[in-house]
Amino acid sequence: MENDSKALLEIRGLAKSFPGVKALQGVDFTVRRGEVHALMGENGAGKSTLIKVLTGVYPRDAGIVRLEGTEIRPTSPKSAEALGISTVYQEVNLIPQLSVAENICLGRQPTRLGLIRWGAMARHAEAALARLDLKLDVKQQLSACSIAIQQMVAIARALDVSAKLLILDEPTSSLDENEVEELFKIIRKLRAEGLGIVIVTHFLDQVYAIADRITVLRDGQLVGEYEAAKLPRMDLVTRMIGKELSQLAPKQTTESVEASAPKREPFVEFRQCGRTGSIAPMDLTIGKGEILGLAGLLGSGRTETARLMFGIDKIQTGEMFVDGKSAAFKSPGEAIRAGFAFTPENRKSDGIIPHLSIRENIVLALQARQGVAKAISRKQQDEIVDKFIKVLGISTPGPEQLVMNLSGGNQQKVLLARWLATQPRLLILDEPTRGIDVGAKAEILKLVQSLGKDGVSILFISSELEEVVRYSERVVVLRDRAKVGELTGSQITEEGIMHTIAAPQSK
Amino acid sequence: MSTAATTTPAPSGRFQKREIRWWSSLLWPVAGLALLLIFNAFFTPNFFHLEVRDGRLYGVLVDILNHGSKVMLLALGMALVIATAGVDLSVGAVMAIAGAVAAQLINKAGVPFPVVIGATLGVAVLAGCWNGLLVGLFKVQPIVATLILMVAGRGVAQLITDGQIITFDDARLTYIGNGSFVGLPFPVWLSMGMLAVTVVLTRKTAVGLFIESVGDNQTASTYSGIRAGQVKFLVYAFSGLCAGLAGLVAASNIKCADSNHAGLFLELDAILAVVIGGTSLTGGRFFLVGSIVGALFIQTLTTTMYMRNVSADVAPVPKALAILIVCVLQSPTARKKMTGFFRRRNAS
Amino acid sequence: MRTYSKYIPLFATGLVLLSLYLVGCISFKGFGSLRAFVDLFGDNSFLGIAAVGATFVILSGGIDLSVGSVVAFTSILIASLVGHGFSPLTAIGIALLAGTVFGTFMGFLISVFEMPPFLVTLAGMFLARGLGFMVNPQSLAITHPFFLERVANGLSIPLNDRISIPFTATCYVVTFIIALIVAHYTRFGRTIYAVGGDEHSAALMGLPVGRTKILIYTLSGFCSALAGVVFTFYTQSGDPAVCVGLELQAIAAVVIGGTLLSGGVGFMAGTAMGVLILGLIQNILNFKGNVSSWWTPIIVGFLILVFILLQNAVVLVSKRFGGKLGAAG
Repeated sequence: MENDSKALLEIRGLAKSFPGVKALQGVDFTVRRGEVHALMGENGAGKSTLIKVLTGVYPRDAGIVRLEGTEIRPTSPKSAEALGISTVYQEVNLIPQLSVAENICLGRQPTRLGLIRWGAMARHAEAALARLDLKLDVKQQLSACSIAIQQMVAIARALDVSAKLLILDEPTSSLDENEVEELFKIIRKLRAEGLGIVIVTHFLDQVYAIADRITVLRDGQLVGEYEAAKLPRMDLVTRMIGKELSQLAPKQTTESVEASAPKREPFVEFRQCGRTGSIAPMDLTIGKGEILGLAGLLGSGRTETARLMFGIDKIQTGEMFVDGKSAAFKSPGEAIRAGFAFTPENRKSDGIIPHLSIRENIVLALQARQGVAKAISRKQQDEIVDKFIKVLGISTPGPEQLVMNLSGGNQQKVLLARWLATQPRLLILDEPTRGIDVGAKAEILKLVQSLGKDGVSILFISSELEEVVRYSERVVVLRDRAKVGELTGSQITEEGIMHTIAAPQSK
Repeated sequence: MSTAATTTPAPSGRFQKREIRWWSSLLWPVAGLALLLIFNAFFTPNFFHLEVRDGRLYGVLVDILNHGSKVMLLALGMALVIATAGVDLSVGAVMAIAGAVAAQLINKAGVPFPVVIGATLGVAVLAGCWNGLLVGLFKVQPIVATLILMVAGRGVAQLITDGQIITFDDARLTYIGNGSFVGLPFPVWLSMGMLAVTVVLTRKTAVGLFIESVGDNQTASTYSGIRAGQVKFLVYAFSGLCAGLAGLVAASNIKCADSNHAGLFLELDAILAVVIGGTSLTGGRFFLVGSIVGALFIQTLTTTMYMRNVSADVAPVPKALAILIVCVLQSPTARKKMTGFFRRRNAS
Repeated sequence: MRTYSKYIPLFATGLVLLSLYLVGCISFKGFGSLRAFVDLFGDNSFLGIAAVGATFVILSGGIDLSVGSVVAFTSILIASLVGHGFSPLTAIGIALLAGTVFGTFMGFLISVFEMPPFLVTLAGMFLARGLGFMVNPQSLAITHPFFLERVANGLSIPLNDRISIPFTATCYVVTFIIALIVAHYTRFGRTIYAVGGDEHSAALMGLPVGRTKILIYTLSGFCSALAGVVFTFYTQSGDPAVCVGLELQAIAAVVIGGTLLSGGVGFMAGTAMGVLILGLIQNILNFKGNVSSWWTPIIVGFLILVFILLQNAVVLVSKRFGGKLGAAG
């Protein structure tokens, strides 16, 4: 790519690694003045790392970052701000307890003789908001505003630092349609003023609604930069997921799938189950012993569906049936007693108990279901644990090893063991193969398949379409927090899933 | 978000790779205690002198065990509370309440002794339940929740005793704090007995596992079906029971209920004992024997200074230094900075 | 209403203060007198000043348990220095400096080593108490004319021929006004609120979080030391054993004053009202005479409970509202 005269930000050959992971390798990225540039990619693509390098949270290992032609090397969010790079995060990073005006001016309040001039500050904040065509009572507490307004206040703050480049990291995740439209109006206005805007979002419709250009990353590498108008949806999806249509493996049909698919008795049924701000009401059935795949891009509502089913979030609309009987779980504990099990997507924060041993982690759920009084004897514990260490091939010097010291793959196996020990009837697997090595991945997938054969129902959530296709009997496809399709039998191909994801909104 | 962002730098090797068994955690507190004892062996005359009089063992070491028993009792309950990432500031005040109840009831004619003890411990457990309710159900921060009883508790104790210092001379009640059994003071047996009970209660049932898992990762524990609120309620109730026993010993020691001074600031000693014992204030693994050793360390420190004619008033200084040293040893940041392992983690 | 829900606890505090005062005035002769009113400020001056420091700490989401010990340490240090022939002003200067440095030290440990404030200031509490006894193991009367004449009489402001505002009260009111300005009219003050509200966000917003935290404990150390100075004015003596548990009273005043113990929300004026409420409760019980002293901690504990539950309710309601608006479909 030659030097673009309109280029505001130029990144060439950016590299960043963490111990064991090459997060970014030789990535080029260019943002021009007056354009909205979408940064796309699935988990592990390197979007977050790129943004964090750009805003000075991480130092870069190699590569050139130029802003308006001069090389920059921000060392903190503050120094990035001073250079003209401002970021607004999804989880609005402001102080909810303070007023709108303060949040816009914090750290830069107008003062006289060291004392803050509240009146001037309010006027300043009003002016900053006026630039976004926003009129608010700036004296009200930020927490009293809707998330959308808070987001806009964050943008106002970012612009107030005389931003040249505005980075919006998943700004629309918590907004409803009208609010998104409001936000986009503001983004278009800023684009017209000549700002460069980088937007990270998982909503395909929104990308096409707002972005001029799209840069796709995958596994820390640049896939390409495209003009949004000239990139068909299908191409975008394939580039993000990393499969060209021509190289897709032909669908592997196994007789058992074909034969048994229609005959299954339903175990769990969603009838128009949904939750505001989480997932739109949907129907979903998992048969006994069925492996149901849940496919969709990042942020499409996969995890939200799992949380709803497992009783972490309450179902607000519709009704859930288990074994034909209505069930409304108020806590995961109730779901567990109904025979449910759930390995969460975020192993570290929601799954493992890091400072406890493998043994304790494995018996935890079984013990919780049995209650405090009925302690599992040490002998039984050792038997259970030894069995699972062997069956699952958990590589560890011994069962008393702390879980935090295991590799990701082995941690995941420990979590699986925790649930298999409870002999679950439904296993919800949220990204069970994320971030683990190839060997462990294959073992876990083999296990999933054999569990299905043993009559355990499985809700299989994965961003690896190949896995979903290979192991699922049926696939429910989600997009933008709603169910958009259901594939069975020979429809289950990577191409089929991608078409369903990419299909233009039917509404 | 991305795998890269959530990948943390590898743990710093040797230190964390080691399997942690319960006795390995005893290394530091025992080493500290041993250091103190060795110092005394050389510099404090008569420190290790023991003699038997009237079938009862006398000596400085016995005194340490005897005087340390109140903090040992408190530390048992406190260890469990701290393991759930909480803290119980009210134990000193609960001790005062327990002493007051016991003294009032024992002086009433016709109240059988078991009823006195039962009522005393019952009231203490009730006080603990109150804390547990605030923390477990209403989700008030532990410091704040237990501060309420810490402030109000002494008032309640005085209310019970009508502001008087109530003396008593019932032989059974005074035995708790002053009697001896098989050569050792009864409080020593009591605290050892409670240690055994607590160990059995937590390690032979699933209670200990639940406490540690809630303190270490509450979200993951909830997802595994544990009711975090109930677990928390339970540990505060138990801490109340321990405070009740300590209150009985304290009152019995001096044969009176002194609501103003009973257990004053012992909550801080108990917290210190637990922290010295290796339990982290951020919750997770708890070490009961370690907490007992921690309590003994504090008592030995106090006794040492007393025997070396250091004024009791200056005694807080070495205690403070002990806290700071333990703090530094426990602080991951300080460790990192000291080992030059300085890589700030800013992953989302 | 919802927008200003954070003022509800403050409003409640004001209501409690007013009703206590009215109850006192109606029930007892002389309760509402000018003298009693002036004394209310004088008698609670060192508690008030200590509570100012505690407010800053709690606003930032921290806690300072060393307050009472530092007050005692400062008082005995001044008494001892003056006894050794130092001029009163030098002694006061040294004592203020010592308390401030002590606070800085604790702030440094908390900020740089990320140690829990609870433990660090607990150590500080023991340390200052012990150091006080090392300076002088007994209480020490101050006989220097500066304390006896100048402070006690010369610096008080006469209101009429019988009543004058004691210098201790003046010290408190001035400290309070300065604190009010610092909290609400300086960038430092607003940064304290931001750090207490959300430390992570505050750092991302480019605010100097680490520096602010050190400064907060420095400020609290200074306030404790100043409270110690005022204590020597008040009692004309130094005593290493006094003010045990003053930190609890200070925290109680802060909580009753409507400040959220988790940080980020609160008011300097609320703390002042909290201090006066504690003072009024004491006064009412004193006036009543036959009421036992133990009702004070019980009532204070009850007030803390009420205010914490009130705050929890307010936070819950505003969260529910915020959430609903945010997720409205």
